[in-house]
Amino acid sequence: MAKKLLLEKAHVPGIRYYDTYRREGGYRSVEKTLKMPPADIVEEVKKSGLRGRGGAGFPTGMKWSFISKPEGVPRHLVCNADESEPGTFKDRYLMEFIPHLLIEGMIVSSFALGSNTSYIYIRGEYDWITDILEEAIAEAKKNNWLGKNIQGSGFDCEIYVQRGAGAYICGEETALIESLEGKRGNPRIKPPFPAVKGLWERPTVVNNVETLAAVVPIINNGAEAYAAIGVGKSTGTKLISACGNINKPGVYEIDMTISVEEFIYSDEYCGGIPNGKRLKACIPGGSSVPIVPANLLLTTAKGEKRLMNYESLSDGGFATGTMMGSGGFIVLDEDQCIVKHTYTLARFYRHESCGQCSPCREGTGWMEKILKNIEEGRGQMSDIDLLWDIQRRIEGNTICPLGDAAAWPVAAAIRHFRDEFEWHVKNPELCRTRNYGLAHYADPIHVPVTA
Amino acid sequence: MIQFDDKGLAKVNEIISRYPDGKQKSALLPVLHLAQTTFGGWLDVPVMDYVASLLKIEPIEVYEVASFYSMYNLKPVGKYMFEVCQTGPCMLNGSDDIVAYIKEKLNINVGETTADGLFTLKVVECLGACGYAPMMQLGKTYREHLTKEKVDAIIAECRSKAN
Ligand SMILES: Cc1cc2nc3c(=O)[nH]c(=O)nc-3n(C[C@H](O)[C@H](O)[C@H](O)COP(=O)(O)O)c2cc1C
Ligand code: SF4
Ligand code: FES
Repeated sequence: MAKKLLLEKAHVPGIRYYDTYRREGGYRSVEKTLKMPPADIVEEVKKSGLRGRGGAGFPTGMKWSFISKPEGVPRHLVCNADESEPGTFKDRYLMEFIPHLLIEGMIVSSFALGSNTSYIYIRGEYDWITDILEEAIAEAKKNNWLGKNIQGSGFDCEIYVQRGAGAYICGEETALIESLEGKRGNPRIKPPFPAVKGLWERPTVVNNVETLAAVVPIINNGAEAYAAIGVGKSTGTKLISACGNINKPGVYEIDMTISVEEFIYSDEYCGGIPNGKRLKACIPGGSSVPIVPANLLLTTAKGEKRLMNYESLSDGGFATGTMMGSGGFIVLDEDQCIVKHTYTLARFYRHESCGQCSPCREGTGWMEKILKNIEEGRGQMSDIDLLWDIQRRIEGNTICPLGDAAAWPVAAAIRHFRDEFEWHVKNPELCRTRNYGLAHYADPIHVPVTA
Repeated sequence: MIQFDDKGLAKVNEIISRYPDGKQKSALLPVLHLAQTTFGGWLDVPVMDYVASLLKIEPIEVYEVASFYSMYNLKPVGKYMFEVCQTGPCMLNGSDDIVAYIKEKLNINVGETTADGLFTLKVVECLGACGYAPMMQLGKTYREHLTKEKVDAIIAECRSKAN
């Protein structure tokens, strides 16, 4: 059984409420840190090796140390609970079952950063979770973990929950800040970075739900103990939300040493693929990371077992690897159609593009249309090259990374599944009645032996 | 006359108090949510103008926000809105069949409302419930692991609540 740091207590009856949470050792990290100099907390988080869990994997301690501290200007911590990347539903799980863990992590982080007013920006559809969080905040406040002069320390802190209103782009940190200011979610051009000019032009740190929750075990057990879990630069534990064609979809806390194969097939995690079907492909880190066929998922191009961590998943770069992303693990069985799946993702990105930059606004719509045509047997061979060309022109040419996020899934699908696209073009009738199937996508790949 | 009652106004003021002085525009999204649930499930122009006056901002600042976010309805919708997710992970688990079944049961197309004004069918993109697919949002709740039987039960539940 892997060591759990975040979800260990998530199923203790009553843990959603303060009394049980406190009885189980909750809020100890606040007691501990209120006696520490804030800079030492930042140092501790740096030493833990914690990387942002929102998708980009940026080292959290380093991000915190960048926050500027101009005299007399308030600073803010904002928790990113927008969670809208297809395949990702881990933050919801954490907030729903153990909301006080997030609140506790936010109090410690607010103290470390000097934020007296912190916000949780949650996607608007998570309406009932907003209630759960607000109740937890009220309980914490009643017990003086929030409010004025917390536990006699002299530190004041309030946390407010703000609901979004249905816009994936508001997960991008500068769009989130715009939205929190009551505007459309149009990403800002960086620099200036939020650490210098964020919410209301004040220094701001935006962190993911899981990142802020992980601060609690880091403080409680110490940075060394946290860093001792996992391998290399993948320290601590990671929440993975697993979905698609698996027997046991759900949220799993893993230590990042297990193999992808174990994650998919063992009963402790996904429990294999339903109805005895075979694995065709997987998007292991949320919809924007490259899709890989079964053979490149389970082993790297070098023939090594692929592990569920940042380094191993990205081994081989975009040519043969993928990414850890937000941990949204989507499994496709042998009967699924890559073209159709890619089309739904392209439609998603077209729908979510804010429209500020033309490569993203025009390119996402164009890709969606072409993919729909190919999927429905109305495509041409030249369309496949056209798709490749469009995605290449979007990537790297936009204000925010949504453009890349829209381009990568299309690029990876063509890179690895080109013959499935071609089959659609060549068999316009047949492709409407059946799917291409597994083909050779699970076959062992030839590993060139170098002398 | 469009106006929050005392309780609604108190809520608006509480929301405004979450932000620094002069930053009351930050209250726009939460106040629009409140206005939408209070005034019939959608945001008519007079409602948006009222919100602008409450927050002391220009009406255009409200319109541009209301039209950007998909959860704000700019047209009337049925009493019960079925918002079925159709993105990749839900598609893998049969969301197409669920949409088709609801269309047939309610005899409407996507984007339409039943003649009695009870039901609207909408397809939406990923709602963060991919592991519990197929699914839909119904008001404040998520209905997950949908089957035809479950859809029948949900329709019956709404009908009986409406009576
Ligand atoms: C289009 C887009 C959507 C994003 N959505 C989310 C999201 O839903 N949740 C999240 O935490 N980060 C999201 N991010 C990443 C954030 O911009 C930011 O990097 C993150 O919140 C930082 O927190 P972390 O360092 O703790 O990961 C998104 C980024 C982009 C470009
Ligand atoms: S890349 Fe797309 S989503 Fe990002 S700012 Fe440009 S148009 Fe908007
Ligand atoms: S794809 Fe439907 S909830 Fe995520």
